[in-house]
Amino acid sequence: MATRIRRSAAPVVALTPSILIVLLAYVGTMLWTIWISFTSSRLLPVNSFAGSAQYERLFGDPRWLLAVQNLALFGVLFIGICLVLGFLLAVAIDQRVRAEDSLRTIFLYPHALSFIVTGLVWQWMMNPTLGIQESIQALGWTSFRFDWVVRRDMAIYAVVIAGVWQSAGLVMALMLAGLRGVDEELWKAARVDGIPTWRVYVSIVLPLLKPMIVTSVVLLSIAVVKVYDLVVALTNGGPGTATAVPAKFVMDYLFERQNIGLAASASTVMLVTVLCVLAPWLYSEYFRKAKGSAA
Amino acid sequence: MSTVTQTLAPATLDRAAAHRGRRPRKLTAGRVGLYAFLALSAAFFLLPLYIMVVTSLKTMDEIRLAEIFAFPAAPTLDAWVAAWSTACTGLDCSGIQVGFLNSVKILLPSLVLSIGLGAVTGYALSLWKIRGANLLFAVLLLGAFIPYQVFIYPLVRMFSMVGLYGTLPGIVLVHVIFGLPIMTLLFRNFYSSLPPELFKAARVDGGGFWQIFVHVLLPMSTPILIVAAILQVTGIWNDFILGLVFAGRENLPMTVQLNNIVNSAQGEKLYNVNMAATILTALVPLAVYFLSGRWFVRGIAAGSVKG
Amino acid sequence: MSIRDLDIRYGAHKALDDLDLEVRQGEFLVLLGPSGCGKSTLLNAIAGLLDISDGEIWISGKNVTWAEPKDRGIGMVFQSYALYPRMSVEDNLSFGLKMGRTPKAEIAARVAKAAKMLQLEPLLKRRPAELSGGQRQRVAIGRALVREVDVFLFDEPLSNLDAKLRAELRVEIKRLHQELGNTMIYVTHDQIEALTLADRIAVMKGGIIQQLGPPGEVYRRPVNRFVAGFIGSPAMNFLEGRVENGAFRAGGETISLERYDFAAPGTSGPASLGIRPEHIRLGEAAPGTVALIGRVEVVEPMGADTLVWTSLGGQPLAIRTDGEATVRPGDEIRFAVDPAKASLFGEDGERL
Repeated sequence: MATRIRRSAAPVVALTPSILIVLLAYVGTMLWTIWISFTSSRLLPVNSFAGSAQYERLFGDPRWLLAVQNLALFGVLFIGICLVLGFLLAVAIDQRVRAEDSLRTIFLYPHALSFIVTGLVWQWMMNPTLGIQESIQALGWTSFRFDWVVRRDMAIYAVVIAGVWQSAGLVMALMLAGLRGVDEELWKAARVDGIPTWRVYVSIVLPLLKPMIVTSVVLLSIAVVKVYDLVVALTNGGPGTATAVPAKFVMDYLFERQNIGLAASASTVMLVTVLCVLAPWLYSEYFRKAKGSAA
Repeated sequence: MSTVTQTLAPATLDRAAAHRGRRPRKLTAGRVGLYAFLALSAAFFLLPLYIMVVTSLKTMDEIRLAEIFAFPAAPTLDAWVAAWSTACTGLDCSGIQVGFLNSVKILLPSLVLSIGLGAVTGYALSLWKIRGANLLFAVLLLGAFIPYQVFIYPLVRMFSMVGLYGTLPGIVLVHVIFGLPIMTLLFRNFYSSLPPELFKAARVDGGGFWQIFVHVLLPMSTPILIVAAILQVTGIWNDFILGLVFAGRENLPMTVQLNNIVNSAQGEKLYNVNMAATILTALVPLAVYFLSGRWFVRGIAAGSVKG
Repeated sequence: MSIRDLDIRYGAHKALDDLDLEVRQGEFLVLLGPSGCGKSTLLNAIAGLLDISDGEIWISGKNVTWAEPKDRGIGMVFQSYALYPRMSVEDNLSFGLKMGRTPKAEIAARVAKAAKMLQLEPLLKRRPAELSGGQRQRVAIGRALVREVDVFLFDEPLSNLDAKLRAELRVEIKRLHQELGNTMIYVTHDQIEALTLADRIAVMKGGIIQQLGPPGEVYRRPVNRFVAGFIGSPAMNFLEGRVENGAFRAGGETISLERYDFAAPGTSGPASLGIRPEHIRLGEAAPGTVALIGRVEVVEPMGADTLVWTSLGGQPLAIRTDGEATVRPGDEIRFAVDPAKASLFGEDGERL
């Protein structure tokens, strides 16, 4: 009897730390943040219900609106360019080129670096007086501008470049794994049928890479919503508020501008956004699995 | 070709008749374009690394010439020494070595604890039937994707209540908490992929929960332990936001200190020192990347697969 | 179709070694052999899907050694079907033709014809994922069919199917060949497929064609021990012994070789005698055959017939007899072998 009880208790004991973490650090904090977003908390959290007041303030705040707008712009460009560049790189490497391993290493190494390192390097390269711009202008192309980090209208594109540099290799690696998984005989059949290589990629291979593309989009989307370090290192949100993003907005209001309620409402909006991105993906994963087991 | 046989008189047969042996490889325009694209892309990805290294080997006088692509006239490691031991954050001028040591102190316990907890949790969730396990796993999975901003402030309050806020154990615990989803996912998927007969045989032989884990599963977990270690070393080392919020003044990790050195320095910016400090900060994950080779890619793939 | 002096090397390894092969118009040729024997390599070389090291390949009177696969006048069917996923059956059949700028009406006519021939009409709107293995392979055959070419290449087309479907599709392929009269080259490791389908079989090993001939000949007069062992199921019995004075001796038993058709008369020395289980008869010896006695060790009933295991001169021997046989382990049995139907191989494995 004693051993039976111990046996069934052991797994639960083993899971206790994880259960505690999930309950306290994930669920508890999430609920607390959501609750605070509906209170009138400012410097300190208080429990006076204030309805949607914080959300009204949030969406009346030009800084937040700019942050959301920036995020959308950054997200579309960053994900789009990463997907296209990553796919093209994977296809190029898949053409049985020389130095395949070296190229793969070169394309992926930035992904090992932190966003802080990424941001600082690109900040230096875009330095308006000592960086790339000055060197190219010295060559005679005097109208060349690459001072995006200090221009309000271009700073967000600087963030996109640095982000693509860091993450395109990830898409390349995922796509390449997908390409290598394509049935060799499919390629042979297409050659016998006389289908041009580019057409095989577009009409036959690309549809096969759908799971890889979906995974890439999900991973990149999560990176977009979380983007914080990169902006801090590259532009620190500037010039002015030109590169404000939601994550930085929340951090600023939590730790510098001392408005807990507003920050909580902003992070709740972020949470909902992430769930909206995740829901269809999780659904399709679940749906696919259910279909697979039925077959 | 020289191997054309006598019987195939060129006069009587079309040109193809002389074809024999390996098809000659022609350098097509497509092939040239392909290599051009690859070379340009490689340049794009390598340029920042090159500029980082070159800048760090220059003197400030040379940097003021604004020739960012130029190779240093007289390469010097002065900037590296300065970055390591005398670079300033605010008034404190003891170099980035402080941050390096802090990062090591944070990394080692976080690494061991997060992998250990993830392995046990993944094992329990994959091979044992426990009520509510799926719910637990679903919440963990969601947790992996939700921005830290949702959790940070309440965690700060909780940690200050129990005196963990701004301490080394505090930041380690935070890394364990936020590393749990991906670690659990990794180990759960790995253990689920093992032949179930293995686990059944161990159960029939009378193995208990911990015995099976220690004697049967751990010895065969080396590949997944390597992948987990790669993910966590780079992840924890590259972390900025958690270190910034939870580590406290005394334990700021290297990334936070680096950003402070570069972005909040007083007076003239020492770009060579900044770049040297940046490389120093990048060195650990780069070493992991180059030493681990294909394992790194496996880590990416494993970290991105479905649950 | 003709292949001349074909060499394919990978570094020091020779996948195909100075291979010559002539295939007649309308012939069904099967390339048979164990995995790694070079049969698929040969087929892919004919298709132009891999680079050859030396030699020439001619199809329908044209030298296609350097031609692209699509220009060789071939259609190919693969083991994994290699259907274009996410395209309907109809699109799978017509995609290549569309790329080749065939007129629309012509495409429709060819697709309709192939679909009718392979009974694919009700499936035209479906996707490969919604088809069974057998249906998928019929679509793959259809894709080769619509190309209306002279030569069809099959690369182990039935290996991914279960036994029942394999037998069904085998008949279908044979019927197709009879209707179309095209040249077909068919790679398989399954000797039953080879025997049932082929006009001629090329048995391959180590990148070399060991024997090329009609199924009956390959079965009855294997040129060497490898071919003898590879063809036939259950496998041929081999008795090790010596040939002396026109008789085969092994472990005290003597089998007269008076009726055996020697390649060179007056042969003697160490040899192995190959006898197919179905060429041994239980019971009294007919005139000209050699009578022997043994003890039953194991009986394997297989429905239509029964395999009886005994031994001769200390070496195991299988006898195939009808399913009604009532022998039991331990029984003493009399049986007879016909040397005219046996094969004798020398020490080097070649037929004597």
